[in-house]
Amino acid sequence: MVQTAQQAETMISLRNLRVSYGDREILHGISFDVMRAETLVILGGSGSGKSTLLRTLVGLERPSSGEIWLRGKNLAAISSQEMDEIRKRIGMSFQGGALFGSMTVGENVALPLREHTKLEDSTIEIIVRLKLDQVGLAGFENYMPSQLSGGMKKRAAVARALAMDPEILFFDEPSAGLDPIIAAGVDQLILELKKAFHMTIIVVTHELASAFLIADRMVLIDKGNVVAIGPAEEMRSSTHPRVRQFLDRVAEPEVAQELDYLQMLTEITRPGR
Amino acid sequence: MELTSQIGGSVTDGLAYLGGLASLAGRAAYFTFVAPFRGKPLRLPRAVSQGMQVGVRALPILSLITFFIGLILALQSAYELRRLGALTFVANAVAISMTRELGPLITAIVVIGRSGSAFAAEIGTMKVSEEIDALETMAIQPIDFLVTPKFLAMIVMLPCLTIWANSMGILGGALFGVAQADFTLARYIQASLDALFLRDIVTGLVKSLMFGVTITAVGCYEGLLTGAGAEQVGRSTTRAVVVSIFLVILVDLVFTTLFFFMSGR
Repeated sequence: MVQTAQQAETMISLRNLRVSYGDREILHGISFDVMRAETLVILGGSGSGKSTLLRTLVGLERPSSGEIWLRGKNLAAISSQEMDEIRKRIGMSFQGGALFGSMTVGENVALPLREHTKLEDSTIEIIVRLKLDQVGLAGFENYMPSQLSGGMKKRAAVARALAMDPEILFFDEPSAGLDPIIAAGVDQLILELKKAFHMTIIVVTHELASAFLIADRMVLIDKGNVVAIGPAEEMRSSTHPRVRQFLDRVAEPEVAQELDYLQMLTEITRPGR
Repeated sequence: MELTSQIGGSVTDGLAYLGGLASLAGRAAYFTFVAPFRGKPLRLPRAVSQGMQVGVRALPILSLITFFIGLILALQSAYELRRLGALTFVANAVAISMTRELGPLITAIVVIGRSGSAFAAEIGTMKVSEEIDALETMAIQPIDFLVTPKFLAMIVMLPCLTIWANSMGILGGALFGVAQADFTLARYIQASLDALFLRDIVTGLVKSLMFGVTITAVGCYEGLLTGAGAEQVGRSTTRAVVVSIFLVILVDLVFTTLFFFMSGR
């Protein structure tokens, strides 16, 4: 841990966070801290609630109870105006990129700047070029998102998330749907961002290789609860059965009883989002 | 017992839906008419490009349809008027029914087919591909960014299209008038103008304005309601068209009744 001094400061603090869709509770009381300038990987299987957790952190879902402290504000209890102010300080890269199909890549990256700053067009153009350069897409300003490959879309989405120079960067499944080489490229990009900007980065994924490559610390979420949290090395040597099962990629045990099976169906059939 | 609770359920659902529409339209109206005075500039370039799409690109098909409708109206009214020996009243019949009713209504239906469905599909696709979420995480209000330009384009373009549709309908009637009822084109148009009061045109335009609000609200609301998955986009689009047509007819009924009693005295 080289960055111990920097990591002393807490960036985000979750306290007993509960989130429900309708009367189905997805997250059953999540508590942990995210330190400044660390890369935290949220691990979990499909339907574990990890995507819901991420959506709650960026304010797309409202918690039913509990607290999320960020920049001295409790996200669970602030107005939408205050939330928008916080959102200007965070960046989010969505699973499929979520680039606006009707705009060029350059316009996509420029959008938050045009919306929230009074910068000159020429300045915005320079920033856009800079951000695209940072993610390795220099010269792609005038391409439409549909003309980009999956990996390039993801990079463009990262450039857009970086446009406002965020303090915290969120990634939803950065390597989903990419071939191993391109996925490694995206991991590399995350590592570079971390080194260059000392940004707080939160990544949701179920890709173990990528998780161990980029993570300072990891949280394993299972069925809406935190199973384990700790530095990556500690996680790797953990003896917790659920952690071991996840890391060693052991299949769910055969279902012996119908009742258990029913319970399993009702507990984990909900899609990740 | 079950029946009454079912009826009650659908009535509540319907009212909730209308409430959702009204709140969406209200927020779009806020961003169009109030927010510009509070330092949030209107998205004019986006509204203009929507206006092109909704209005200008609809002209060819709308012209053709309303021309035919005018011709059909002339033929149908002539069928009855001929027996009364009052064939010259064809011009009156076409002019009044076009401006008061069919001009706004046919325009609305063409616009629903072209643009209401497109709104639902566009916003629905954006919802499915997380673009709406992306807007929100960038602190951009989806309603401000997506719905307001469409709203503005619609309330400007629908009355304009309606005026155009009225004229094309009257021209369609003129084709019959010239061919079958001893009119010249100039005399037919003069007869149409004589038959019309400003009131006829204005009530049609008021209706078309309300249709524009309705179509935008339904199209965008259905788009925003889209669930996960591509098939949901299709469902939203279909619903947007069906619900829009129904609500446009309903709004038409309400306003026609209103105008009837207002001019009755």
